[in-house]
Amino acid sequence: MTLDRELVGRSYPPSAVYEVGRAKIAEFATAIGADDPVHRDAEAARAAGHADVIAPPTFAIVVSLGAAFVVLSDPEVGLDYSRVVHGEQKFTHHRPIRAGDRLVATTTIDAARTVAGNDLLTARVELATEDGEAVCTATSMLVARGAA
Amino acid sequence: MTGPVEVGTELPELVVRVSRADLVRYAGASGDFNPIHWNERVASAVGFPGVIAHGMFTMALAGRAVTGWTGDPSALVEFQVRFGRPVVVPDDDAGAEVTVRGKVAALLDDGRARVDLTVTSDGEKVLSLARAVVRIS
Repeated sequence: MTLDRELVGRSYPPSAVYEVGRAKIAEFATAIGADDPVHRDAEAARAAGHADVIAPPTFAIVVSLGAAFVVLSDPEVGLDYSRVVHGEQKFTHHRPIRAGDRLVATTTIDAARTVAGNDLLTARVELATEDGEAVCTATSMLVARGAA
Repeated sequence: MTGPVEVGTELPELVVRVSRADLVRYAGASGDFNPIHWNERVASAVGFPGVIAHGMFTMALAGRAVTGWTGDPSALVEFQVRFGRPVVVPDDDAGAEVTVRGKVAALLDDGRARVDLTVTSDGEKVLSLARAVVRIS
């Protein structure tokens, strides 16, 4: 199928709040082998100028990818989920994600096009605190591979 | 980082062995339980040579090369990659090997620098257009 360009600019309602926990940050840091103490030790994080332990830079995906996937459940987008792969990813950090953050994700379709039978859809997820402080912009390009 | 940062400054190379256990651990930590990252049968059925690493896991390893160099994970302010080729992780003790190299490509305004990354596995580039913007002062 061909993606409709009219989809560009479409936004979805904000997600439920995701509360960032110290244990989740430590678990993620361990999984990627990031051994900096600022991910595990609140004292070390404070000594480095942070209010609490901070997440590794790609931790934002834990919150943002699910939010990006709201576009896949939009019947007017009509991407075949079973054919979707992650094409590109970009993070712009306005400040580090830290334990205690209560994050809300808002997703917008930034681009939609069909190239060589593959549907390419770019979803931009703005992560902000409940109070509206911008934390991270996470942009995912999803590719639905055309049927062979 | 040690010494002055100039265009062409190279980051220390990072070489990481990736096993199936690492993928299971990453699946749990990230919440991405797509079976192509742990189930040979499903991975093969959708056309991969075998179980493949999460693209985001490979991106995280590339990020480690950058944050290990800056010494401050919060100095990485922009980070982007294109997932070019999958990292196939065999079900053996050796697993796969991912190598991350990086070089300062440009000095930007406001004490920032752009780092271009080359990420390979089994001699093939697995990420393309892999770039980070870091604060260096």
